Amino acid sequence: MTPELGQLALILALLLAIAQSTLPLLGAWRGNRALMAVARPAASGQAVFVALAFAILVWAFLHFDFSVQYVADNSNLQLPWYYRIAAVWGAHEGSMLLWVLILNVWTVALALFSRQLPEVFLARVLGVLGIISTGFLAFILFTSNPFGRLLPMPPDGADLNPVLQDPGMTFHPPVLYMGYVGFSVAFAFSIAALLGGSMEQAWVRWARPWTNAAWAFLSCGIVAGSWWSYAELGWGGWWFWDPVENASFMPWLVGVALIHAQAVTEKRGSLRAWTILLSLFAFSLSLLGTFLVRSGILTSVHAFASDPRRGTFILGFLAVVVGGSLLLYALRAPKVAGGKAFALVSRESAILIGNLMFTVAAAMVMLGTLFPLLGDALNLGKISVGPPYFGLLFPLLMLPVILLLPFGPYLRWGKSDTPVLKQVLVRAGIAALACALLAAFFVQGQLKAIAGVASAVWVGVGVALYIVKRWREMPRGRRYPAEMAGMLLAHAGVAVFLIGVMLSESLSVTRDVRMTPGQVATVGGYQFHFDGVTQTTGPNWQAVQGVVTVTRNGAPVAVMHPQKRTYVHEQVQTESAVDPGITRDLYVALGEPMDPNHVERAWALRLYTKPFIRWIWAGGLFMMLGGFVSAADRRFRVKREAEAAQTITATVQEA
Amino acid sequence: MNPTRQRRLTIVIAVLVAVIVAAALVVYALQQNMNYLFTPSQVQAGDAAHYKNFRLGGMVKAGSIQHSSDSLQVTFTVVDAGGAMPVEYNGILPDLFRENQSVIATGHMEGARFVATEVLAKHDETYMPKELKDAMAKAHQGKHIDESAGQDKSTL
Repeated sequence: MTPELGQLALILALLLAIAQSTLPLLGAWRGNRALMAVARPAASGQAVFVALAFAILVWAFLHFDFSVQYVADNSNLQLPWYYRIAAVWGAHEGSMLLWVLILNVWTVALALFSRQLPEVFLARVLGVLGIISTGFLAFILFTSNPFGRLLPMPPDGADLNPVLQDPGMTFHPPVLYMGYVGFSVAFAFSIAALLGGSMEQAWVRWARPWTNAAWAFLSCGIVAGSWWSYAELGWGGWWFWDPVENASFMPWLVGVALIHAQAVTEKRGSLRAWTILLSLFAFSLSLLGTFLVRSGILTSVHAFASDPRRGTFILGFLAVVVGGSLLLYALRAPKVAGGKAFALVSRESAILIGNLMFTVAAAMVMLGTLFPLLGDALNLGKISVGPPYFGLLFPLLMLPVILLLPFGPYLRWGKSDTPVLKQVLVRAGIAALACALLAAFFVQGQLKAIAGVASAVWVGVGVALYIVKRWREMPRGRRYPAEMAGMLLAHAGVAVFLIGVMLSESLSVTRDVRMTPGQVATVGGYQFHFDGVTQTTGPNWQAVQGVVTVTRNGAPVAVMHPQKRTYVHEQVQTESAVDPGITRDLYVALGEPMDPNHVERAWALRLYTKPFIRWIWAGGLFMMLGGFVSAADRRFRVKREAEAAQTITATVQEA
Repeated sequence: MNPTRQRRLTIVIAVLVAVIVAAALVVYALQQNMNYLFTPSQVQAGDAAHYKNFRLGGMVKAGSIQHSSDSLQVTFTVVDAGGAMPVEYNGILPDLFRENQSVIATGHMEGARFVATEVLAKHDETYMPKELKDAMAKAHQGKHIDESAGQDKSTL
């Protein structure tokens, strides 16, 4: 009976979403305050029902209700409780439910924290969010019902894909969705601004903290996903330019551009139309990302299902959201007033160049990702675009960004004077050159590593110089407002990330070797002793566990236990062993026994040393932190209240 | 020309040049990295002759997997309904590489052999990559193949 209650809750949520999406918009159009007032309670009610449906699905998983098809497909009696909860979003139907739940969380948060917003504006924002929610709820109810029954009820379920049975996977999707869905707020603000037509600058200030937070969540989700593929997929890579990774990366890139464009629009009034367009793109790409991952349009590591009805619905929904918003943009954007003019050497110009690079990078990634679809449609044959395509173009596009980055904080709005820039150029340049020369000794002429050190020092010293400058010139307490601290953190994260990427990419030593017990292999200065394999068991798997002792110059470093797991339904899963460190990771994965009948004899092993690879994720986390810290700036809140007070008095006067 | 116009013109030209360079680079990079998928019979028919690197898709023939005794070299035969192709790979095969299961190998031809640099295998008994399914559709007419899971990779 309970699963049907879940479905009922979803239907009620859909009805409320329809109310939320139509009545407030009508009210805003007609100036009817009663209709506008529907938005808030409808949003809260919808959130309650969606949360109820979600809780019922979690309950079904926890209580092994295999009469529910989705539960039977994605869990079994042996699965530990924490992975049963993670299994809720382990496949298509549940992920969609999670998506809607998170959308409702954002909507309710917005409704709570935006009491100061002008009534008409908030009604429009909530209305737009309601439209998105309606689309998703209809999608769930009509094509991807997680509560569908399976009769007769099987005694045991299938299994959650073993690849997903990993701590990284339990929180990767929710965090990633927080990011995707978070962009819906910026989207709704933009649409509301377009609908309102007035285009006061103020809406950008209201939207900024939400965009920053969404982007920070997205960064965190991508880091978690990258970490997961490193630890779980068993081949030691952290980024594969896989369609699904690209799907989350595109909104992230546009998000970077959007955050900076919003700063320009808020402070100077310029680039308004561009900011709106970027908000539309960021959310459209988030939608595309959501659907690419779970719909099976592109076959990749993450594609779980495919169903033509879903495809049609998705295409229709995308067409309505993307097409509709772009149409509105085309009708209304020409009326958007330009802001203050700016000179060639100014912060606006630098941000504009950065924006251009990030949007082109997003377009480049999109072309590479969707090219197989395009090739299919044009009958070019079955094509895939290899990682070197992205690996060549992406660094080229990011080069101008890296070069400009240290100057960013020094540049003034409008027009900047050059002496101070020259000073930065000289200081950061000398530091970068010196460190590059120093690095050249250590890395045996590896150009990529040297370039990595140089670029990271260039960015890092640029950020550090500005931190020192603020410290010296500003009085205590006013040195680093949250908005600026966030910017500095995120930019420092770029330096850390650069070190991680360039050094691990160039200095990693990767060897696939055949080893008999007792044999020693030397990889990157470390001796890996293979001591044979033992048997071990877990809650729902049995494993062959290798014992690898690592020494360096005779001193013990680590004992590692890579596993080859066999889950209850005979799926095989490699669990790599990682010995983490700040300057290097040691990574061992079991390949296969050379003779399947004699596992005690020789095995194929992957032995990796990965210098500085942890810095990649550390850099990403710095960026995430930067996003959150910026979002917390009190300026956004205080001014918002002041602004709102003004608007209210203005409306009262009009009335 | 007044200074404003001149500046605008410079900007427009700069943007145009940038766009052209970018487009040329993208086309170049795409050409270099487009991998076509062929089945053994298509390769034997000469379809893949124009491409240095391509992907070979099909089923692993039963009994064809041979491990070298002293290195990681492995050879196996990939078949479809109308052809067979010996494949050589030096490295660790993915977890789900099995006989009679679908596989996609990326690599190039050396004589009559296909030398793979990357091997992808299906993820469970009911899964076959969509594009491989399409490519093999002629060979397996009427046979319904369901897909429901991810795939598993292995790279050198």
